[in-house]
Order: sequence, then structure tokens, then C-alpha cells
Amino acid sequence: MKYLAQDPTLANFGHDVWWLVLIKVVAVFALLLVLTLFTIMYERKVVARMAVRPGPNQVGPNGWLQSLMDGMKLPFKEEIIPITADKVVYFLAPVIAGTCAFITFAVIPFGPMVSIFGHRTPLQLTDVPVAVLVILAATSMSVYGIVLSGWASGSTYPLLGGLRSSAQMISYEVAMGLSIVAVFMTAGTMSTSGIVHAQAGGAQANWDIFGWHPQAPSWYAIVTLPSFVIYAISAVGETNRAPFDLPEAESELVGGYLTEYSSFKFAMFYLAEYIAMINVSAVGATLFLGGWRVPWPLSLIDHGVLNHSWFGLIWFLGKVLIFLFGFIWLRATLPRLRYDQFMRLGWKVLLPANLVWILILAGIKTTQRTPTGNTRWFVIAGVVVVALIAVFLWPEKKGPEAPSTEQLEEQLAQLPEGSFPLPPLDLQVPPSPRLQRLTGQREPATVGGGTDEKEN
Amino acid sequence: MTAADVLLLALGAIAVGAGWRVVITSHLVRAGLWLVVTLGAVAGAYLVLAAELVAWVQVLLYVGAVVVLLLFAVMLTRAPIGASSDLDRPGWTGLLVGGGAALGLGALLLDGYRWQKVDAPAVGSAQLLGGEVFRHWVLPFEVLSVLLLAALIGAIVVSRPAPGDDSGSR
Repeated sequence: MKYLAQDPTLANFGHDVWWLVLIKVVAVFALLLVLTLFTIMYERKVVARMAVRPGPNQVGPNGWLQSLMDGMKLPFKEEIIPITADKVVYFLAPVIAGTCAFITFAVIPFGPMVSIFGHRTPLQLTDVPVAVLVILAATSMSVYGIVLSGWASGSTYPLLGGLRSSAQMISYEVAMGLSIVAVFMTAGTMSTSGIVHAQAGGAQANWDIFGWHPQAPSWYAIVTLPSFVIYAISAVGETNRAPFDLPEAESELVGGYLTEYSSFKFAMFYLAEYIAMINVSAVGATLFLGGWRVPWPLSLIDHGVLNHSWFGLIWFLGKVLIFLFGFIWLRATLPRLRYDQFMRLGWKVLLPANLVWILILAGIKTTQRTPTGNTRWFVIAGVVVVALIAVFLWPEKKGPEAPSTEQLEEQLAQLPEGSFPLPPLDLQVPPSPRLQRLTGQREPATVGGGTDEKEN
Repeated sequence: MTAADVLLLALGAIAVGAGWRVVITSHLVRAGLWLVVTLGAVAGAYLVLAAELVAWVQVLLYVGAVVVLLLFAVMLTRAPIGASSDLDRPGWTGLLVGGGAALGLGALLLDGYRWQKVDAPAVGSAQLLGGEVFRHWVLPFEVLSVLLLAALIGAIVVSRPAPGDDSGSR
């Protein structure tokens, strides 16, 4: 076969005729809409199955048209805009959220070179040398939609949700960006098609285990396993999904940043949220799971015939669905984290672990590049010294100091006029009721006659 | 004039206009949003000059992180909806400092190059930029990162109450 799984290179992009570009744009747009509708149903069905109940089963075959009906109904609902809202920004926020969500898929590769109406073209909208940076930039822009919606609603709970969400997304974006650095270092490129190509496998078998020469695994999920784990965790945090769904924690914040939104604007946020989930799944599949390439045992069939042209779409969508299933599984299984636990995980666990891993990877790369000489021994000696220092100087744990009531009152009094009534930022956990019961402590009783005002 | 020149001029006009709005608007949050427009226009100018890496890093860091942090801080302390009357300072100091800096830099650039043509090296690819930064400019780079680290630690020290000092305000 002549065109067997021809990898597109950067030179293949930017030569499409205008109608081909138009077809690709419309196809990506439609695919995202359909995938969103599907994901909502997928989530509801899987969660229902895990909770041993039927789930939605009324509209369409087995209930699979439920989300389509919901989506068609939403724009016709009444639109309520709060009087206190900042109108311009209130309108702008859903637009930003929706727009940024769609950008990522412009640089996601769906497959190798294919033939569309006689034109040979990559199965990807476009690619640039710094494609992954474009993805990260689009993700970081989408924070605006949430922050501004929370602020512009002119109401307390949305503001709290917006604040939580911006802190959360910025924190986990850092961890996410750093986890991708290991992929850059291994692949030697930032273009998405280039990264998929680098995971193609078939590299020189450089191991020798008693005459057996196994090929090194080619997926970056295995080669850079710590990065993959960190990416998966920070992807959940980045998309505000359970167990990290603090920005819209229903039991604490009513509904978070989109409490005051209704009708079509609410639909935009809902769409953006699910597309963000699909985005991180697609990026994860591309960067860590080999993109559109067929998984290992199947890739042996007939020298990789299953990588040929349109087959890529199947494997890509399959990997995305597996990722999405992971998200849904987490939501059905885990309870929500407390906010301080969540921030501690991001800044004190994921970030240092990531930095140490990048250092180790850089050391490995350096020793591989110069197999002779003293570099290898320098690197090993450095690792040993750093590990010893870390073991000896590891700080001991100390309990947090509780702020006194006066401090909290002072903190509240310092807020300027016209501020939102923020709760005091103490982050103290109240003692558990069960412990109080066990130790015999009781709340002071509030019953008693004579203190109530008389009714006239 | 080529299309790139027209685009550069338009983006520059957007950046300057939005920067002007940052200064004169009395809505605190909207000033932040105009700052986003300014930085975005500058990123667009980089993109026109084929410096892809710099452009996207500009969007990622300045638009996506710095201004978001700015808005975050504004919302954490106070986030009034509507105009604030207490934002204005006398304008002549700002005019003096800003105008002086702009004039000085402009004069310096004009005097330095005098309309001569400079051969641009190559397009600003990530590889080229990384090589330049980590070969020829590695010392300034490291000094800058140490400076940032010191600023970070300084901010933590200033904002934390001293240990054992319970009476101090938080």
C-alpha cells in the first residue's frame, strides 16, 4: 500500500483549498456538539448504572435522545437577568467561555493523511510548531468566562464560585503545563502531529535481556508515567469536575458561578464545561496515549494496516471515550474534597513532584546523550546528594494555628464599604459531631421562656 | 505598505486605545478587561511578526495568568459593580512619567537605528529562541529567575505575621 499511515508533517499544513478548510471547521464544530450531547448521556447512563438504577429512559431509544431534547428546550426558557448585574460583562462571559472551549480542537490530530474528494490532506484542522502552547493558552483564557460570570452576576454565591474557580484553575494549570513539559522533552517537538508521530514506536530495540530484544513501549503514558498521573489529576481539577468541583459545589454555593444565569447563556456554560472535559480527554489521548495510532497488539496486524487513513478516527475517539469514562467513574465514586485539602494537593504535592520528575528526566536524557565520560557519574552523584539533603532536612509537621475570634472580626471590619459579605477566611474545620457525642460535649441549650418578643 | 504593515498598525492602534481606556475608565474590573485587550493586541503583533512562541507565551502568561490574578486580587478585596469615584489621582504626574519614558525610549530607538534596515535573523521558532536564551543569555536569565524567587519569598515574608506575634493584624 502506498499511503500506509503516512504521518503528516508541518509542511503538509496550510495548503488546503478554502472549501476543504470550511468542511473541516464545520466537521470539528459538529463533532464537538454531538460529542457533548453524547457525553451528557454517557455520564448519566454510567452514573445510573453504578448507582443501580435505570437512568433516563423515556426520550428516544433507551433514553439516548434526552440530552438533545434538553438542549433544544433550554434556549426557549425565560431569561432572567439580575438588576445588580453588570450588563456588558454579564453578556460577555458566556461568549468567552463558549469561544475558548472550541479553540483547542483546532490543533488536535484525528488521523493521518487522508483523501477528501481527491485532495490529500491531514485529518486535522491545522497545526503549528507550538500547538500545545495554543492549547494551554486557550485553556487559560477560558478562566475569564468563569471569573467574569461570577463577578458580573452581582450576587454573593456566584462571586464565591468565581473566586474559587479562578484560584483552582490557575493552580492546576501550572501543574498541567509542567506535566506536559516532560512530553516536550521526550518528543523534541511541540506540534501535536509531531508528538503523535514520536509515539509511533518501531524505535531501535536497545535492550538486551539474555538475547531477547524487546521494544521499548512508545506511549508517553508509560514512558513518562509520573507526568501522565499528574496530567490526569490536574485535568480533573482544571475542568472543575468531581471530586474537585468546588466552584459549583451545589451543597455549599447553590450552583457556583452560573447561579444567576438562565436560558441560552446557561446552555453556553453547560456546553463549555462539557467541551472542556472532552478537550482535556483529547489532549491527554494525543499527548500520552499515542493519539490516533492503533494500540499495541492490534498494531502488529499486517504491518499496521489498522493505522491506515480513516481508521485513525476510530482509535482516537475510542481513547477519548476511555478518558471520559475515567472522569465519570471518579464522579460516581469519590466525595468532594475540602478546599484547603485541594489547594494543598495542587501546590504542595503535584507541583514539587512534577519539578523533581522533570529534573530526573533531564538527568536521564543527559546521560543517554553522552554515554561515556563523567557526565553520568555527575548526574548520579547529584541525585544521591539531593536525596540525602531532602531526607535530612525534611521539615516536621506542625499543626495549624487557629485564628482567634478577634482576629476574624477585625478581618471582617477591614473590608471596605460596599464589599460583598465574604465569610472570614479562617478555613478551620469544626469538630466532628460524632467526636463531640463520644466525649460527652453538648451544645448549650437554647430553650427557655420569656426571651421571645410578644406578638402584638 | 504590505498587509503585514497594515495589520501591525491596526494592532498597535488597538493596543494604545485599549491602554488609554485602562487609564481613564472608572470601573475597576473593566480596567482589567481593557488591559486584556491591550496585551492581546500586543500578542497579535508578535504573531504578525511570525514570532509564534513569544505570541502564545504572551497570551498564556500575561492574558491567561497575570491579569486573571489581578482580577482575582481585586475581587478578593473589593469588587464594586459600577463606577468608583475614588480611583482618580492628579493626572500631571502620570503624564510626566509616562510621556517622559515614552519620549526617551522613542528618542533612544530612533537615534540608535536611524531608519537603517536590520537583517532579521530567522523567524522566532522555539528551537532558535531556546538556543539563544540558554547559550548566549543564560546569565541574565538565571539572574532574573533568582530575582523573581527573591521577590516571591519577600512577598510571603511580608504578608505572613511573625511567628509568636498574635496581636498583629492579619
